[in-house]
Amino acid sequence: MRSKVAIQKISKAYGAFIALDDVSLDINPGEFLTLLGPSGSGKTTLLNVLAGFVRPDSGSVTVDGTEFLTLPPHRRNLGMVFQNYALFPHMSVRSNVGYPLRLRGVPKAELDRRAGEALDLVQMGHLADRGVHELSGGQRQRVALARAIVFEPSMLLMDEPLSALDKKLREHMQLELKRLHQRLGTTTVYVTHDQREALTLSDRIALINGGKVVQLGTPDEIYDRPRNKFVADFIGETRFLPVEPGASGPLLYGRALKTRDGAAGRNEKSWLVVRPERLRWRGGDDDGSNRIDAEATDVIYQGDSYLITVRLPDGAEIDLRRSPDMAGGRLPDRGEGIRLWLAPEHTILVTDHA
Amino acid sequence: MLGRPATTTQITHLQRLWLYVLVGLVLAFLIIPCLIVIPMSFSGSQYLEFPPRSWSLQWYQAYLGSPEWRAATFVSFRVALLTTLLATVLGTIAAYGIARVRGLLPAAARGVFMLPMLVPLILVAIGCFFVYARLGLNGTILGLVLAHTVLALPFVVIAVSSGLASYDMNQERVAQSLGASRPWAFLTVTLPQIKLSVMSGALFAFVTSFDEVVVALFISSGENATLTRLMFANIRDQIDPTVAAISSLLIGLSVLLLVGSQLLRRGGERR
Repeated sequence: MRSKVAIQKISKAYGAFIALDDVSLDINPGEFLTLLGPSGSGKTTLLNVLAGFVRPDSGSVTVDGTEFLTLPPHRRNLGMVFQNYALFPHMSVRSNVGYPLRLRGVPKAELDRRAGEALDLVQMGHLADRGVHELSGGQRQRVALARAIVFEPSMLLMDEPLSALDKKLREHMQLELKRLHQRLGTTTVYVTHDQREALTLSDRIALINGGKVVQLGTPDEIYDRPRNKFVADFIGETRFLPVEPGASGPLLYGRALKTRDGAAGRNEKSWLVVRPERLRWRGGDDDGSNRIDAEATDVIYQGDSYLITVRLPDGAEIDLRRSPDMAGGRLPDRGEGIRLWLAPEHTILVTDHA
Repeated sequence: MLGRPATTTQITHLQRLWLYVLVGLVLAFLIIPCLIVIPMSFSGSQYLEFPPRSWSLQWYQAYLGSPEWRAATFVSFRVALLTTLLATVLGTIAAYGIARVRGLLPAAARGVFMLPMLVPLILVAIGCFFVYARLGLNGTILGLVLAHTVLALPFVVIAVSSGLASYDMNQERVAQSLGASRPWAFLTVTLPQIKLSVMSGALFAFVTSFDEVVVALFISSGENATLTRLMFANIRDQIDPTVAAISSLLIGLSVLLLVGSQLLRRGGERR
């Protein structure tokens, strides 16, 4: 089902610790929204408010116009998937998936059919009669998913569901989750601390820190238009170089910087967001703007590409990749000074506070 | 090759002989009192004696034929079963609360639940007697059941707590999110997984009540005297081998319960 969720002014404190600080967030029908943030940021608390396991101190959550906070968890009609799967070990795979249907009084024949369909959807139909302890981690997570969607919940809540899987399986499951969401269109709220996972899966990402939504936007908005240094730092492999306000615009080590939005030098101390994949070897204007002087410290051939470690003016090292057959330009030698260029559309300045 | 050390530092069975002897002595010390009682119960004499000079089954007949003994046995079973029921339900709920709630309260509650195990029994008995005197509970089944429940609670709380320690509470949350009310989630998801702990708690509760004599001496009397109380009185007054016959039967019952619970545990682990 495609429910619309409105989270309004939710606050929750545990003693002196403020877990959620006046959070407001709208979730569109059928949307895949990710709550992304470091541990202790409040993202899981917010998910538990939606699920009904945490009662906020103030605020309101409505789903399709119905106030949710006064409903106990079992009357919210939510599918939930946990990091540790939380399958019921005393039941078979089929009974696990049938559990929510049994609670709803679905007749046996229909129950078996629907449980089978849900298991087929996650490619677990052939293991329906197995015990839970006979399954691998990835299989358990599929069963947990089938159990959460079998009763067509109004919303799907997932709390770091893939973080217990190894990297390869995790990436595979991300694609499956995305396909499943496209197929079912269930409104989904997904909690993760993995920024790449958030970028891969989400329609929109709510980046949360210190109990607040720091930025809400589509993956490319979050990546390319970070609102402040925290967002830019949390997303992507990011380095920061200090930028001084100049008379005619921002200056990087005395050199002019042209930014995408043509922002004039702000009076505030700001930072240039440097991401390895945005750096170019060549190009740029003749006036020498947007250039970064760097030094190649290592050049390593890795078959599919060269890995070039570059030391930035602030001493930080970043890894650049260069395809072996890239037209033009020779590879730098070790210790050679190079001039990197950052295209104005990728030149992003951030401040410490938005 | 057998018995030869693999390395010079390996301890041989011979060098460990004193350990085997020690273990054997400890086991003997534990078992011999039980083993002495059994032949004494088959004695043909009028008095308790070991070893018996002649053999008979008369003391088993005396026990089974006596309305007084039979009534006391019935009282004991009734009290023990009711105690088991009450202590298991209350203890399981308590252990669940202690496992589920965070903060200092559960630790304090746990301490209070352990108290009946730490306070000398005689004090519990005297306390019960004076409180019951006012409430009119002395000599009643209800009074006995309540007192025994207090004594049995620590065992249930300990047993169920250990079962809950390895249980993932997220399962209950999942069940709730899937549409189960909290009590129903507990009954269908949590309880089936901790049932072995609950059963062993129940077993402890049963044995605690069935074997209890100190409190029973104070508060059970007349037609509601327990088997242990009657045995105690019998030893004091006449010392005939009927007590040995009953003890032998009780040992048999205990062994059955123990073996049963072990088999149950095995079955549970194999799953």
